[in-house]
Amino acid sequence: MKEKKSKNKYAKYGYLFSLPFMITFLVFSLYPIIYTFMISFSDLQGVATGDINMLSNPFQNYMDMFNNQTFRTSLQNTVVLWISNFIPQIVLATVLAAWFTNKQLNVKNSGFFKTLFYMPNIITAASIAILFGALFGAPTGPFNDLFMRFGFIDSPVHWFRNPTTARATVAFIQFWMWYGSTMIIMIAGINGINPALFEAAAIDGATGIQTFLKVTLPQLKPIVLFTLVTSFIGGMQMFDIPMLLVDRSGPDNATLTAAVFVFNQAFGGARLWNRAAAASVILFVVCGIIAGSLFFFFRDQDAIAVKKAKKKAMNALKEGNA
Amino acid sequence: MKKFKIGKFFLYLFLIVLSLLSVLPFLIMFVNATRSTPEIQQQALSFIPSTYLVNNWRHLMVGAFNPFVGFQNSFIISAGATILAVYFSSLTAYGIVAYDWKFKNAFFSLIMTILMIPGTIAIIGFFQFMWQIGLNNSFIPLIVPAIASPGVVFFMRQYLQATLSLEMVEAARIDGSGEFATFNKIVLPIMKPALATQAIFIMVGTWNQLFLPLVLLSRQQLWTMPIMVAQLQGNIYRTEFGAVWLGLALTVLPLFVVYALLSKYIIAGVALGGVKE
Repeated sequence: MKEKKSKNKYAKYGYLFSLPFMITFLVFSLYPIIYTFMISFSDLQGVATGDINMLSNPFQNYMDMFNNQTFRTSLQNTVVLWISNFIPQIVLATVLAAWFTNKQLNVKNSGFFKTLFYMPNIITAASIAILFGALFGAPTGPFNDLFMRFGFIDSPVHWFRNPTTARATVAFIQFWMWYGSTMIIMIAGINGINPALFEAAAIDGATGIQTFLKVTLPQLKPIVLFTLVTSFIGGMQMFDIPMLLVDRSGPDNATLTAAVFVFNQAFGGARLWNRAAAASVILFVVCGIIAGSLFFFFRDQDAIAVKKAKKKAMNALKEGNA
Repeated sequence: MKKFKIGKFFLYLFLIVLSLLSVLPFLIMFVNATRSTPEIQQQALSFIPSTYLVNNWRHLMVGAFNPFVGFQNSFIISAGATILAVYFSSLTAYGIVAYDWKFKNAFFSLIMTILMIPGTIAIIGFFQFMWQIGLNNSFIPLIVPAIASPGVVFFMRQYLQATLSLEMVEAARIDGSGEFATFNKIVLPIMKPALATQAIFIMVGTWNQLFLPLVLLSRQQLWTMPIMVAQLQGNIYRTEFGAVWLGLALTVLPLFVVYALLSKYIIAGVALGGVKE
């Protein structure tokens, strides 16, 4: 009785200590999110006044957005840019992580390499964008200079005038900024795998590649899923690099991402708040659906694998009995 | 055995190429910051510094780019946000770990959900809201929201669960220490390593952000470093290559210094963030 009373006495501190978080979240996050939803159904345009008039057809902005070719392009670009930087990024990060954690390989100075590979991640993305804009400068830029000296190209390439090279540049920068970070997460993941599994593989005479494919990769699955989802949510909001690298949109809107589209609608002169709000709500919903299905897809795969293994074990048991 | 050696040679070669890929862009940047525009136009790639640093500086300061103002503003914002995020996230995490209250689990699930929400969704409503209460062109909307940092709360909660002994809290109670004083005087010092790791990431993350400061701060005296960088695209610098390289170098330099001093802790922190699943 007494104990319960003392517990109750202290419970209020739990509420009290969480209160600043809760109030700040309500005021600076939840309210703006709800407000964005409301604006997306309104006719709010022009100078920021905050007066909200609902449209007679509340979904007009959404319909406008779905019919907007530029917006559809921007969504497509965002996904394409994300995929084309994520796949090489996760592959390279996993391979490097496997090398750095391989005891037989015993890579020297791995700390030095890790430090250098991670470095671009800490530098301001805005600076990186301008930096690469200058590096890929044409007709005279350091990279054109370098490639011509090595004989890769005969004449200077105008990287940002061609949709493909412009996109490739954005994807490359994202890849370059993030593979080191993903690699470090992978290394931590591999170090977290039960060493007994590797010992068992070694006793069974597994080669390095077999161990990697049969032990390391399956065990890394949760970490890969974590990286996939966080990278996806980050990638869908890609803004700094495409915004500053190629004058906001690139040739034929090739590098226009959804976040840059939202920015252009709201802050690009016309102040189409309602349409920017509708675009960001659509982006939010797309994000939620895809991130959710990534989770379910992987969970499902796991469940199927478990079921298969169970069935196999049951069959083996039955045969053994027979 | 020999095959292994050749394989190893290519492995190191590959690692060295990747290292060069990390270093080369910055090396070119620092060298070109000292070269004149005609020199750069003649030969954009060079590893020999020239003598035009001061001259580039003069050209750089003609336009809107001001590294001192940018540095100062970025520092105020990121220091403020870091202190608030670290302190209040620890307090929230302590509230979850140390006390039993009815909505504790629901509250923690809420924090995990917030963690997954992409920030872009709120930006239009946030901007309109700040405009109405006259907080555009103010640092408040860039600093105060850091009080609610779900990722930091998550990290701090994990750390407290591993390190906090409730007996110690109980002992402090018997000694007559108030709950708030216990947190400040006993719990916070225990959390020092976690505070330091998180502080680095919040500081750098806030320093680097572009979207929100760019739309909120229209007055030049308030511009942050990333906004300053964006100015290097402006017409005034179109023909001044040397000045642009120097401006870039100046914005990158503070982060290089931080990384040179703290890279060990930063890399350890990234690893910790990854295994939280």
